[in-house]
Amino acid sequence: MTDVLIIGCGVTGAACAYALSRYDLSVEILDRSSDVANGTSKANSAIVHAGYDPAVGTLMAALNVRGCAMMPSLCRRLDVPYRQCGSLVLALSRAELPHLRTLYERGLANGVPGLRLLSASEVRDLEPGVSPEAAGALYAPSAGIVNPWELTLAMAEVAVRNGARLHLNTEVTGIEKTPEGHFLVHTGRGDYRARYVLAAAGVNAARVRGLLEPPPYTMLPTRGQYYLLDKSEGQRVSHVVFQCPNERGKGVLVAPTVHGNLLVGPDAVPTAPEDVSTDAAGLAAVADAALRSVPALELKQNIRNFAGVRANTDRSDFILEESRAFPGFVDLAGIRSPGLSAAPAIGEYAVALLRSAGLALQPRADAVDSRRHVRFAACGPAEKQALIAADPAYGRVVCRCETVTEGEILAALRSPIPPTTVNGVKRRTGAGMGRCQGGFCAPKVHELLVRELGLDWLEVCLEEPGSELLAYEIGREAQA
Amino acid sequence: MTEYQLIVVGGGPAGLAAATAAWERGLRSILVIERDRYLGGILNQCIHNGFGLHYFGEELSGPEYAARFIDKAAGTGIAVMTDAMVLEITRDRTVCVSSTRGYQVLHGESLVLAMGCRERARGAIGTPGTRPAGVFTAGTAQLYMNLMGYSVGRRVVILGAGDIGLIMARRLTLEGAQVLACLELNPAPGGLARNIQQCLRDFDIPLMLSRTVTEIRGRDRVEQVVSMAVDERFQPIPGSELVFDCDTLLLSVGLIPENELTRGAGIAIDRRTGGAVVYENNETEAPGIFACGNVLQVHDLVDYVTEESVRAGQAAADYVLRGPCGPGPVLELANGRDVSYTVPMKLRLANIEKAAEVSFRVRRAFGEHACLTVRQGERQVARFPRAYMAPSKMEKLRLPLALLRDLDPADGPLTVSALEEEDA
Repeated sequence: MTDVLIIGCGVTGAACAYALSRYDLSVEILDRSSDVANGTSKANSAIVHAGYDPAVGTLMAALNVRGCAMMPSLCRRLDVPYRQCGSLVLALSRAELPHLRTLYERGLANGVPGLRLLSASEVRDLEPGVSPEAAGALYAPSAGIVNPWELTLAMAEVAVRNGARLHLNTEVTGIEKTPEGHFLVHTGRGDYRARYVLAAAGVNAARVRGLLEPPPYTMLPTRGQYYLLDKSEGQRVSHVVFQCPNERGKGVLVAPTVHGNLLVGPDAVPTAPEDVSTDAAGLAAVADAALRSVPALELKQNIRNFAGVRANTDRSDFILEESRAFPGFVDLAGIRSPGLSAAPAIGEYAVALLRSAGLALQPRADAVDSRRHVRFAACGPAEKQALIAADPAYGRVVCRCETVTEGEILAALRSPIPPTTVNGVKRRTGAGMGRCQGGFCAPKVHELLVRELGLDWLEVCLEEPGSELLAYEIGREAQA
Repeated sequence: MTEYQLIVVGGGPAGLAAATAAWERGLRSILVIERDRYLGGILNQCIHNGFGLHYFGEELSGPEYAARFIDKAAGTGIAVMTDAMVLEITRDRTVCVSSTRGYQVLHGESLVLAMGCRERARGAIGTPGTRPAGVFTAGTAQLYMNLMGYSVGRRVVILGAGDIGLIMARRLTLEGAQVLACLELNPAPGGLARNIQQCLRDFDIPLMLSRTVTEIRGRDRVEQVVSMAVDERFQPIPGSELVFDCDTLLLSVGLIPENELTRGAGIAIDRRTGGAVVYENNETEAPGIFACGNVLQVHDLVDYVTEESVRAGQAAADYVLRGPCGPGPVLELANGRDVSYTVPMKLRLANIEKAAEVSFRVRRAFGEHACLTVRQGERQVARFPRAYMAPSKMEKLRLPLALLRDLDPADGPLTVSALEEEDA
């Protein structure tokens, strides 16, 4: 019997696990994927929003502003790449200026610090790359950029180091309340018993809630697709550059990433919950829209397109509630943008919900609350020398585009939540994230997975089971 | 700081040819730095034959060709660091290198850049669809097959009729996979004619020109790729969809010289080649830093890489032993009609002994009766008859000093043009 069972280890589930891990509790985390952060948490705009978008008085507004304020110290403690670069909402015509005023006033009401309305010339002084059409902008200095999957991983890692148990490749297939008042959660890999359940199932929220009771909301999954541009475009803008929503849609953003690339997107298309494909027409529309904000963008420098699915629902706010019929079951649903920004605050909020549902919270004196991630490329010469002297594997560069060493990959493979796939190594170390997209290093990462995890070459997957990279050993097998 | 007369970045065919040529020219303190565990570069995974016909007059496999130079280097006093990555170079020829032996800062009186190239990947061509396992660049698939011993797929579509794609079509077929088609965006294949014959036709693999891949399908592993015909502006033609049931898509869609170190040192890069701007002796705009092989321009024959790199190695030795090139007039080369680039880009007349070697590519195919002209403004400097030029084939010409000596750079650049005989 566990005290709290968390379903889903995206950024929301991980934030909850992290927040709970400072108390004397038993915590189990289930995720259907082969890795944490493998849904919406890895495929989004990677933005920490300031909090002027959500309607005044909503949970979304309060938790966004709070999450944004928590992010700098959280990311420092957990060694997660984060940069408070500020954001600009552009008015691309004078007609859009009143919209900026609306956002500004909403932001003030939501408690967003430092907001300023900028004139056209102030915009260009601050961000010379934006369109000459820009008639003004809303500047939010508290906004930032973050590595969303590393934030998720870091929070989950700390939780695991504090004793939480993470079960990957474990899909929930049924939930019941037992006569004793506990929850019995069935999965493809056995049953779990828990006093409390936190459901953080992202785009599958309604499906998971539906295993217990008819969900009181409807999912409206909405896909957004992106371009990730080479680092040669990474300096094109230094702030997150948004557009005003208009009749053509919500507008796309152009933003630097913490890795030094440039992110362009997304669009918004209703979709099936797990359809993360991209399409030519949608990508072309994203490109056109982005060029309106930043005309000199070189989309030819694209190194990857991707899509993520927003866990939108028919309700406008986050749905953070305990089930009335099944007390002790807390649903965290409808976590769409600004869900990443709000995540740390959602974690706290979920803990408060559990407390009011009767969970006793006894702080632990021995809880860890920090993490280090060695990034060879970011080290100075003396640090590099010291790393290699301590472990020669840090001298062997595996990913030449991003300068990721074998030492870093081995450290990931020996971390509290070790990767088991090529993409898992990529998310933890950056190997394969660069301009050649793993062309050179994927086979080397593959070899390290074989060597360190004792896998057969044919077993190594790109991502989920079924995504094996190799088909057969030459000479061993007749052609199928 | 350890000092060398010459540091060569890259131990593939280009770096080895440059290093051994510099040794033969008299340098005695040479270091070759190779990022892989073995010397030889990409040749190590090119186990097919066809290398060396031009340079050695015999047919070798890639590893055999590499071995000629590895053995030659071993017979000299050239120092070699393998499993070592150069992280940074500077214009004053400092080289920062990382290996299991430590992080070292070295200095060379001269440098030869021979880092080779990388393949364009899916992002560069923006193919939409899902992102499953089973999409490989041809070179990555070649490495898995030839060095690791595993096939990347069973039913394969290849996009791009460049040489690596063609070679892999044959290789996959020989090892039991089924290659359903080789698609090429352009109306003509980019690979050598002999590879079209020996790798596709001999195995009845369909070559489908003016076609591309417009969608990749499959959740975990590739399940289908959708192909469409393209018009002359490379736009997909509605209604031309062909759906292939396959588990693998191989991309052979171009090579990019790997010049991150070069850029980091602030050395000028030519937009046409993606390689450094070089003078007649392969010297970049940074004195004492030379470039050769695929990092300078993408070659189709390793034999030409060798020739170019020998010149670069000799030039580096001359730089160290005789000093920098003296002052004098500098002629610029420019694209003329149907020529897409030239290497070198600049000729220092004082540094040309007998003739300048110029390599270039044409923009379209030419028949039996074609010619090259070299002009300065209205004045024709030279004219060479040439047959059967094609974009897939690197062309060369020699400009004797006698023709160049009297030209005045103030009269403008030399333009190299490719023409049909009747237009000349």
